[in-house]
Amino acid sequence: MRNTSLKLAFKVLARRKVFTAISLVGITLTLVVLMVAATIFDNTFGAAAPESRIGRMLFVRVVGQYGPHSSNTSNAGYGFLQRTVRNLPGAENVSVYSEAFTAVIYERGRRIEGQLTRADGAYWQILDFRFVEGGPFSASDVEADRLVVVISETLRDKVFGRKNVVGRSLNIGGRSYRVGGVVAPVPPTRIAAYSEMWAPIGALSSEERAAFMGRFNGMVLARSRSDFRAMKREFASRVAREPIKDPKEYKEIRAGLDTPFEAFARQLTGNRQPRPALFLGSLLAGAALLFMMLPALNLVTLNLSRIMERSPEIGVRKAFGAPRRALVAQFVAENVVLTLIGGAIGFVLAFVFLRALDASALIPDSNFDLNLRVFGYGILIAVFFGILSGVYPAWKMSRLHPVDALRGGSL
Amino acid sequence: MITLKDIDKVYRTERVETLALHNINLDIAQGEFVSIMGPSGCGKSTLLNLVGLLDKPTAGTLTLDGQKINGAGDKVLARMRNEKLGFVFQSFHLVPDLTVLDNVEIPLLYRRMTAADRRKHALAALDRVGLGSRVHHFPTQLSGGQQQRVAIARAIVGKPSIVLADEPTGNLDSAMGDEIMSILEELNSKDQTTIVMVTHDDRFAERTSRTVRLFDGRQVA
Repeated sequence: MRNTSLKLAFKVLARRKVFTAISLVGITLTLVVLMVAATIFDNTFGAAAPESRIGRMLFVRVVGQYGPHSSNTSNAGYGFLQRTVRNLPGAENVSVYSEAFTAVIYERGRRIEGQLTRADGAYWQILDFRFVEGGPFSASDVEADRLVVVISETLRDKVFGRKNVVGRSLNIGGRSYRVGGVVAPVPPTRIAAYSEMWAPIGALSSEERAAFMGRFNGMVLARSRSDFRAMKREFASRVAREPIKDPKEYKEIRAGLDTPFEAFARQLTGNRQPRPALFLGSLLAGAALLFMMLPALNLVTLNLSRIMERSPEIGVRKAFGAPRRALVAQFVAENVVLTLIGGAIGFVLAFVFLRALDASALIPDSNFDLNLRVFGYGILIAVFFGILSGVYPAWKMSRLHPVDALRGGSL
Repeated sequence: MITLKDIDKVYRTERVETLALHNINLDIAQGEFVSIMGPSGCGKSTLLNLVGLLDKPTAGTLTLDGQKINGAGDKVLARMRNEKLGFVFQSFHLVPDLTVLDNVEIPLLYRRMTAADRRKHALAALDRVGLGSRVHHFPTQLSGGQQQRVAIARAIVGKPSIVLADEPTGNLDSAMGDEIMSILEELNSKDQTTIVMVTHDDRFAERTSRTVRLFDGRQVA
């Protein structure tokens, strides 16, 4: 973008205050919504403690059996995970843990509900929780089925109303657990780390130990993302070897060793799409595009009327030898500058909105960060928006006949 | 310098066909100051637009500086306008968002030139029309005569060999009109710039070296 185009863009915007203000309102509101969505997306699927290594993680969350007349979808069984995710090539560590479920705490006559996750020892090695008191339980605690629990700081304050609770007992579902550690709270948007209490998987029946379906998830930490493909291939071949218990009813087993977004998409689409991430990704991108289309069309209309207003200027520039390309570049530059200003304002408003969302406790323990990565998304969205709404009017403008343009023109 | 041979210009709409110019033959030598006169609607501005490569003839050949224009693409025409031609319009057509200096720089934006060089040339052109002290004003802060002087500076900043002026005094009172006419005369006599000027005013036409008269799209003198 030439300096003169930028300089002119700022001058035009500064002198056409009403147009600039109307355009900025539309652009800013759109970008606020998109940036808030991008932040929530980033805070859900992006790397942040305790899922700092999420970029190297793969998950098995959903399995299903499918036949022409019946289908059965659920979390994975312990046995299925032992058979399919243990010793995968390229795996650095593997954990099996349950989906968080509601458990009841009885404390001094009070009944308090909280989310409980059953986990193995590897869970604490893969995820980097911040312990504010004590520490995690170990593989030997899990092996010995010791009644030890790690709780979140928020739950500690709710139950005990004080610090230094390691070693105290906690009645969960009628059994007395010893508090082994307290961790900083995790918001429900985190795919693997969210819960309020974590206890060892505990003793399982032989049936549970072999089960195909159940209440567990598998989490695999790869040595590198480049191992993903081989790991997924091996996982798929292991799934293909799984026997179908009722072949009359079901013909196919479907499960995936998924990245966090793939796992989320698979769960959301009921394990029915062959490529759930592509399906959901396209759906979200389409929705975002549609959402941008309305203000973009509005801006296109505003821009077209602005071109009419500036028609003599276009005529003059053409008369003095402006090639079409230069006119298009100038107009798109003006529009991109406008949307970038909208983006900057949107960024500030999105920050304020997210702080308010955190303060409202609408999403418990949320801590939405507008980081550099989201700022990058925001810039990309703004530039895309600017080009989307600027190219067509610029193209129309560049095609104006110079004589018509000098007379005041018609598009 | 400029040769028009058997030029016709027809405007067509779905229902009407209007013959704006018919059988125009004209030779303008380098350094000439030619005025074009005639009643309203006789085709003066159309002729000027054709010479200025802003429009294309329906028939006939147009040669500019030895180069035949017929069939040239938009890119070539844009480059020729930028290098060889300068325009002065009746209603000035200054860009209101830009300062006087930025307005004068416009033709140079489409040449390979540094910002410093553009500024230097623009300041020189403004000095020449006596507006060196108004460079940071906006057009609306100037009188009509001053605005037209800025437009002349813009027309000559790229040192074109031809300046086309479409009723440059039409929106000015007679004193300011005289001032503008004097600048054009000086440009013609000192720089040997070829000037083609459309005018309604006999007083100004008499000050040019030759007058072409049009009536109903035909050349009558």
